[in-house]
Amino acid sequence: MTIIFKKTEGLTDKNFSYCPGCTHGVIHRLVAEVLEELHILDRSIAIASVGCSVFSYEYFNTDALQAAHGRAPAVATGVKRLHPEKIVFTYQGDGDLASIGAAEIVHAANRNENITVIFVNNAIYGMTGGQMAPTTLLDQVTTTTPTGKDALTMGYPLKMSEMLATIEHVAYIERVMTADIKSIRQTKKAIRNAFEAQINNEGFSMVEVLSSCNVGWKMSPVEALTFIKENMQPVFPLGVYKERKHGTSN
Amino acid sequence: MSKILMKGNEAIAQAAIHAGCEAFFGYPITPQNELIEHMAKHMPRHGRVFVQAESEVAAINMVYGAAGAGGLVMTSSSSPGIALKQEGISYCAGAELGCVIVAISRSGPGLGGILPGQADYHQAVKGGGNGDYRVIVLAPNSVQEAADMVQQAFVLAQKYRNPVMVLADGVIGQMMEPVEISKTPIEILPKEWAANGNHQQRQHRNIINSLYLNPNELEAHNRKLMEKYKTIAANETQVELINVDHAEIGIIAYGTSSRISLAAIDIAKSQGLDVGLIRLKTLWPFPYKEILEATKHMKFVLVAELSMGQLVQDVKGVLNNIVKVGYYGRAGGNIFQPEELMEAIQTQMKEPEHDYYI
Amino acid sequence: MEHPIKLVCAGFGGQGVLTVGQLVAMIAMKKNYLVSWMPSYGPEMRGGTANCHVVISKDKQQSPIISNDMTHLLAMNQLAKDKFKDQLTQDGVCIIHKALVKQENYHHELAIDFSALASEVDNIKTANMAAFGSLMVALEIFDIEEGEAIIKERFSALDPKMLQDNIKAYHLGVDAARLAMS
Repeated sequence: MTIIFKKTEGLTDKNFSYCPGCTHGVIHRLVAEVLEELHILDRSIAIASVGCSVFSYEYFNTDALQAAHGRAPAVATGVKRLHPEKIVFTYQGDGDLASIGAAEIVHAANRNENITVIFVNNAIYGMTGGQMAPTTLLDQVTTTTPTGKDALTMGYPLKMSEMLATIEHVAYIERVMTADIKSIRQTKKAIRNAFEAQINNEGFSMVEVLSSCNVGWKMSPVEALTFIKENMQPVFPLGVYKERKHGTSN
Repeated sequence: MSKILMKGNEAIAQAAIHAGCEAFFGYPITPQNELIEHMAKHMPRHGRVFVQAESEVAAINMVYGAAGAGGLVMTSSSSPGIALKQEGISYCAGAELGCVIVAISRSGPGLGGILPGQADYHQAVKGGGNGDYRVIVLAPNSVQEAADMVQQAFVLAQKYRNPVMVLADGVIGQMMEPVEISKTPIEILPKEWAANGNHQQRQHRNIINSLYLNPNELEAHNRKLMEKYKTIAANETQVELINVDHAEIGIIAYGTSSRISLAAIDIAKSQGLDVGLIRLKTLWPFPYKEILEATKHMKFVLVAELSMGQLVQDVKGVLNNIVKVGYYGRAGGNIFQPEELMEAIQTQMKEPEHDYYI
Repeated sequence: MEHPIKLVCAGFGGQGVLTVGQLVAMIAMKKNYLVSWMPSYGPEMRGGTANCHVVISKDKQQSPIISNDMTHLLAMNQLAKDKFKDQLTQDGVCIIHKALVKQENYHHELAIDFSALASEVDNIKTANMAAFGSLMVALEIFDIEEGEAIIKERFSALDPKMLQDNIKAYHLGVDAARLAMS
């Protein structure tokens, strides 16, 4: 018998708690596959955050710490400094990373902590029921922007990859999306690059993944994928914002 | 070993290093800056971790990370900074992570002032973080004791997997006294629960977590924590009793207040008044039994604290309707003089001031 | 030493009063006395006045804060004297820097121009060591050699010339105090 599909060892057998149509599951799997393929599964430590991915410690097949809201980069700093030989990554949403945890992510990057950050940007607070995030698009309707997000009083969508890429020595930052097969492949490449950067002690690496929240956005899963491409992408352009010193691998 | 003259802040830092502190995460704030500066200078020399965090919030969360990964970890701050750390302290307590938090308190509320105060009794003992949890709080009254207690704090933190706070006021942090710091590292206990990335060797994953969405699971967790706190209360309560055997008047104090109380007791003696001192060395666990026992033949007890009346609430909780309880306090960075305590005893032993809000 | 020594050293920040207090505390420690040294660390440490409380006792732990039982005051400026003189006990000794503090000529006052002594050494930075010398005489519980030894220990990292100047100034302070007290 030929095995044509095998679940990655990087995930536990626990069923995901994500809504149908949500792309968190895809991103989890990509991360898990990369950990397995790079042979670092046996020495990785996951830092779960607060938000939809709060239970990610149940899914990644590694030791894990559940961090307070926004503090995952600080928790990761503590773990990595104590165990520099381990691979430490955070998995954070946009409310967690770009709002309440803005200070922690900026300074972890500025210290060039040798950690990897998987930043899932779906432009909304999913877990709490669809409130505005710092990454919410202008005019986007959420439960706390019932008439649409107004730049004057609520600010512009915060571009974390661009911001963090201004820090001179960070190792690698790329923005990708999970809207179709091609972009998912690119996402995996980016995640791979990010972990390789950490393995090579290059320093801070982050992959920002434009992701869907069809429930929060009140769309069908297919409409949500289209929304990523047509509405999010123009505001959050894809691409490598910080090249790895010795080039990215494909 | 010979004694050296050291500031409390430096002695605490050095004692932590000797005890085996593996990682320190801090943020500058007066009056504890010598502590973080000493750590910055000496931790890397010993191959240990030092990080100046971007905030007290980040620092305590780094502590959470490093403690969760199995390290002997410490942070330090002062009043408003400790306020910021409450989130992380609650998480550490919830996830049962041992860590040491040194609080060199100033005066408040808000930005307050940088001069010494004891207005953080509630903050330390009752906690500002959410949920049912306790923090072991040690209260030194000399530089030597501050050094000893921080080493003891590492032992307790590891033994009970619980945050331990060393609460000293700015006087203890800033003053120099001769000190002899034990150079014996504490015994490291196995940490088979730590999320240190060795999941494949041990064949199971370790998760550091305080999230329990199932109410029954959370309640079971709460009960388990309370059982632990009971054990701590039974085993780790510390109090120093001075001249209480026959005295009919007592002073209850901790930290710098207890040192001034000693001077007040001397003055009282010269005036023919026999006054005893009950000095709290642990603020939590609170020495209920010891206070009851030591005051059983007393007619009046004065609680002396550098606050507007916090410790006195707990003392009244123990002694209400048993012994007359008075209170004398100063605040704002002002420190009472022994004569003030004497005067408070003289006037209040007849009729204690009843402030119903305390 | 029968009764505890309760000494306050006060002056402008930069005059070295905290160091003088520390040296006294170090000697006391070496003699196995109980001692505490408590600096002012409020806004005054960022310019302005500075002071420290030094409490020495034979065997009984004391309050590190000096209230109305001050036995010795070293006042290096007028502000320092005005602030603390009322806390001196009746027999308390007040050592003043004559160049900057008004003399009151009461019998427990030692008025010495420490800047002048420092000038004799040709090193104005040593005025506080001259004050330390005078203070050592006034304290009456230590040997003068112990003061010299502690200067050598504390300032071992200084260049030899500075160290020598400090020691010279110290002895000038000792002599000036002996002369004033005789």
